[in-house]
Amino acid sequence: MTSSGGGLLPAGDASSLRQSGPPPPRPRIDRTAVKSSSIALVSSVIFFSLLAFVVVHAPGWPEVKAQFFDSHWFWYSLPEVWGAFFQNIQLFLIAEVLILILALLIAVLRSLPGPVFFPLRLLATIYADVFRAIPGLLIVTLLGFGIPGLGIDGVPTDPFPYAVIALTLVYSAYVSEVYRAGIESIHPSQEAAARSLGLSRIQSLRYVILPQAVRRVIPPLLNDFIGLQKDTILVSYIGVVEAFRESSIIAAAKFNSTPYVALALIFLVITIPLARFTDWLVASDRRRFLASAR
Amino acid sequence: MTSPAAIPTAAPASSAAPALEIQGLWKSFGELRVLRGIDLTVAEHEVVCLIGSSGSGKSTLLRCVNLLEPIDAGRIVVEGREITAKDVDVNVIRRRIGIVFQSFNLFPHMSVLRNVSLAPRKVLGMTRKDAEADAMTLLERFGLADKRAEFPDRLSGGQQQRVAIVRALAMHPDLLLLDEITSALDPELVAEVLDVIRELARGGMTMVIATHEMGFARDIANRVCFLDQGQILEQGTPQEIFTSPGQPRTRQFLERILEAGRL
Repeated sequence: MTSSGGGLLPAGDASSLRQSGPPPPRPRIDRTAVKSSSIALVSSVIFFSLLAFVVVHAPGWPEVKAQFFDSHWFWYSLPEVWGAFFQNIQLFLIAEVLILILALLIAVLRSLPGPVFFPLRLLATIYADVFRAIPGLLIVTLLGFGIPGLGIDGVPTDPFPYAVIALTLVYSAYVSEVYRAGIESIHPSQEAAARSLGLSRIQSLRYVILPQAVRRVIPPLLNDFIGLQKDTILVSYIGVVEAFRESSIIAAAKFNSTPYVALALIFLVITIPLARFTDWLVASDRRRFLASAR
Repeated sequence: MTSPAAIPTAAPASSAAPALEIQGLWKSFGELRVLRGIDLTVAEHEVVCLIGSSGSGKSTLLRCVNLLEPIDAGRIVVEGREITAKDVDVNVIRRRIGIVFQSFNLFPHMSVLRNVSLAPRKVLGMTRKDAEADAMTLLERFGLADKRAEFPDRLSGGQQQRVAIVRALAMHPDLLLLDEITSALDPELVAEVLDVIRELARGGMTMVIATHEMGFARDIANRVCFLDQGQILEQGTPQEIFTSPGQPRTRQFLERILEAGRL
């Protein structure tokens, strides 16, 4: 709030740097900044107190509190739910790697120029359209119940592989669009420069276009992965015992919904740092862009 | 005036095929006819400057020679081999023809050294060590050795363009095309880039240069071609073109340049 806060005011600091005679004035406390942050603090306190007051004095609050915020059942379910959450993490990590690969393949197919590649482009376009159009839960259900239902020899009956495949298919459709936007954002002159040096189309893509495109889309990619992290609970529907399934088992057995709140807290703790990190990346990317644009 | 026989070339006129031969080249972008029957022959070690107002087709001509633009009609022959034939591998042709662009087009995610050594490694299959040693020799020759680890956005425009020239030279091309390489530079940075080209001309590099720098063209060119509306209206020695142009349009163009103080 003192010296570093004052640094945001360029006029005062820049001129003080140039003064050679008298010592520069001591960094002042920025009164406007102090004033606006105190107003923000006071209004937040009032707003959230009011909100809490309304909720706590609602007619159904005692029942809701007992049903969702029971500390006994919270501490009882937390270790169980947390244990099952590893299944979500496993699912997330495996699917993420597969998505990064499949989506890149689809994006590259969609970016291939020329009439020869039309069938591949068409196929990739249909894929992206279909899997973005159908809700994820439906894909999970259709794959998870449908394929084992065929009864083909050697096809696994364990739901976990289907969970991985379903999430990979759904999210690759989104992520391929993100990649494609990145590829298209690279100016054609970059490819012209690469091709003029004798690099083939594939080499230009690999060494010149993709490295720049991927760097550009890391923040939106992370955003999609936050979505994926949360959507791992969809696979509970086909019988994967992950954290949501575990919560509902406990909730059903104990006639209390607090395990869901425990799971919500776990998601908060896991997801918020990733979301913050993404925002920070976006902001620093923007700063770098502004700096290079001068 | 337009006779190519009057070309003073640095090299002895041999019976070998010319470095570049363009015959009846036509190119349109949609309805717009950008090149309308270009004939141009460039001998080995010759430096040819293309002048003319913006939109006269200079850049398109260079991009066609590098096969960056498909042509509509005509032939382009490089060292006796028709590169516009159907069965040629464009990637092999482009190794021998370097091009430097107005906007540098360096790869922003690579250091200077990697920018220069990428194509020799990936296209010619040189080892990293050899390609980088070769790149360093070139960077040293053009006073850029201390910039080898820098990324392009840390360099001045003049330095970036010099790196782009070195990147093209790293493929050891037989023919170098320069597309208005000083047009995007601040005036005080133009000289350092032109010095590089002068040095290349002294070394005998065959070059076709599209330029707005008339003083430079007069200094360096063996032959100057004036392009107007997609045709080579007039060509000759710099002396002929700049002091006694035969065509009224050439005269008009040069007068406008003179008024703008660029000659």
